[in-house]
Amino acid sequence: MTRMLGSDAILRSLEAEGVEVMFGIPGGAILPTYDAIARGTTVRHVLARHEQGAGHMAQGYARASGRVGVAIATSGPGATNLVTPIADAWMDSTPLVCITGQVYSRLIGTDAFQEIDITGITLPCVKHSWLVQDVREIPAVMKAAFHVARSGRPGPVLVDIAKDAQEAELDFNYPDEVDLPGWKPPTKVHERQVREAARAIAEARQPIVYAGGGVLNGDACVELLELIESANLPSVVTLMGKSAIPDSHPLNCGMPGMHGSKFANFALNKSDLIIAVGSRFDDRVTGKVSAFAPGAKVIHFDIDAAEVGKIRSADIPVVGPLKLALRQLTNELKTMLADKPMQTAAWHAQLEEWRGQYPYKYRKGAPGSLIKPQLVMETLRDITAGRNDVIWTTGVGQHQMWAMQYLQCDEPRSFITSGGLGTMGFGVPAAVGAKAARPDATVICVDGDGCFQMTCQELATAALERLPIVVVIVNNGWLGMVRQWQDLFYSERFAETHLTKQVPDYAQLAEALGAAGFTVDHEDDLESTLRAALEAGRTAVVDVRTDPEENCYPMIPAGAAAVDIIEMPDEEEVPS
Amino acid sequence: MSHHTVSVELENKPGALVRISQLFARRGYNIQSLAVGPTERPGISRLTLRVDCSEHTIEQIEKQMHKLVNVLRVVELLPDESVERELALITVGAPPDRRAELIALGDVFGARVADIGREALTFEIVGRPEELDAFEELVRPHGVRELARTGRIGLRRPGPRQSRAQAALT
Repeated sequence: MTRMLGSDAILRSLEAEGVEVMFGIPGGAILPTYDAIARGTTVRHVLARHEQGAGHMAQGYARASGRVGVAIATSGPGATNLVTPIADAWMDSTPLVCITGQVYSRLIGTDAFQEIDITGITLPCVKHSWLVQDVREIPAVMKAAFHVARSGRPGPVLVDIAKDAQEAELDFNYPDEVDLPGWKPPTKVHERQVREAARAIAEARQPIVYAGGGVLNGDACVELLELIESANLPSVVTLMGKSAIPDSHPLNCGMPGMHGSKFANFALNKSDLIIAVGSRFDDRVTGKVSAFAPGAKVIHFDIDAAEVGKIRSADIPVVGPLKLALRQLTNELKTMLADKPMQTAAWHAQLEEWRGQYPYKYRKGAPGSLIKPQLVMETLRDITAGRNDVIWTTGVGQHQMWAMQYLQCDEPRSFITSGGLGTMGFGVPAAVGAKAARPDATVICVDGDGCFQMTCQELATAALERLPIVVVIVNNGWLGMVRQWQDLFYSERFAETHLTKQVPDYAQLAEALGAAGFTVDHEDDLESTLRAALEAGRTAVVDVRTDPEENCYPMIPAGAAAVDIIEMPDEEEVPS
Repeated sequence: MSHHTVSVELENKPGALVRISQLFARRGYNIQSLAVGPTERPGISRLTLRVDCSEHTIEQIEKQMHKLVNVLRVVELLPDESVERELALITVGAPPDRRAELIALGDVFGARVADIGREALTFEIVGRPEELDAFEELVRPHGVRELARTGRIGLRRPGPRQSRAQAALT
């Protein structure tokens, strides 16, 4: 037991949790804790330029490493700027501990300077939150915060600490155990349910695994691969699940959903058994729920009981840690299949037919024409082929969907994107965080021009903190996905979606923020410039000016059924 | 849609109740009544919620509430397997010539007169919520000036199943 200040206790707690890096910005109500940073800590602090950036960095760190991300900010606007990352982490189940300073206890409730009820504001999007006004609570609350963030279904927690609690003294003793009688995430799996699942799989003729982000969160990639390989099970993988099984794996049928392939959507919708693993029947995957996979029975594996049966009722629910559940399932299944192999040859033949029939496709541009965004992705894919040290991050929109369609991710945690909340601006700071988690990796952010402008100030962080990243802007001069919806569903009335390709000048902006800037206008320069940026040895931005009229296909309109998928219009329908 | 009563044990911590009411608001569940108070264990409160929803929704409500860190236990109180009570205070217009009639009416329901004034009296009634509804209906013609109900509270019956004797007791 050591006598110390609350602010020092916060840092000793972070150290006890094995935190290597935190992302934040100081301010009035968190100053005592920054003073403690000045006194010394083993935790590296990365100074962001905006608290939203700090939060997304912590997310990128968590997603790349599998560890809890830590963001720190002051009260009031510092705290409210963290709300978007907190909500994003909530939707995508990213473990995050956010620490905010709060005004002095005696001022709470008086509308003091920079006072805001941040625990109140974040209530709908945290797993739990604490307002600490008594310095003696700090160690137990910090212990509980990390425990809640990482156990069960991961997610964000908030610890709001009054300034007087940071300034007061306590006898510090970091607890070994948490005292949370109401927090009991499942640690076991019902064996009978697993056996029933195995039986259903063994009997299925057209089974499909539907793998989601839970596989990565549950550290169950190896177990999932073992399952699909041992039973020769085809699998579709969601946006959040991308990289959970290798994209190059012959059993990987790609991504289903709104901008997924017709192949993956057919595989999922025409199956007779869906084996959902850490996926949640999101509306971007199912489209119209009543028309979704009408002939399929559903086995639903999830750590979160509330996801099972939420959207689509599960014939066989299996609640518990995926790692454990999948291991048991594979064992059961192996025994069953030893006696009687699966009868899925016809299904596999059908899938291979669809795979050949429905690849992602786009019309190549004529020589000298505008660069097609898909070509940017193909080039990035090709120049990084065979490398296992690349981590991709994205913003949200068309570029994100093309990245998902064309990039090859074979290593777990190599594709980091904002799925549930769809947060534009996620890509750049998430890349900085991923680089902090994996300094050996090459981190490439594929961004849109609209997204880039929302968080590009964090290039300064990347440059000055020596966390080099490469940002490739698919610059079509528009809020592209919104434009696409206006094009398809709002009779081409392009209200307020035009940004222009020229303002800002992204290469100059990059240079101003301490990064290298490149501009590509012609297809001929694309590969060489991307290679130059990757070899720059410092943070680099490549502004690739692309064809603004290119839409992302295929597309299932929101609320429509998979059969209503819109394919790329035929040649003759396209105005020249 | 059907009625459901849910009994929730929760840690008596700051913000525990607001986390539950927020969950209901955020997920679009409609609370008909909510009553909260201490239990036999210090530091633990019991919340009794009444909701109108489908079977699917009540299952979701239970699962979502289970995920709240301060929530220790969630059970649905099934009508046959639980005891439910509620308290109401009802102030009814009662000029002197109507008092006796009203008090007699109250007697039938076991309603006590909690206060009496020149032109009105206040009944205090405890019973099954349906009994309270019935009483309210009966006194309404006399002019209900103000009414307050606590919202139902409930407990599971100690026995595993409802016996005939228990049925008679309710």
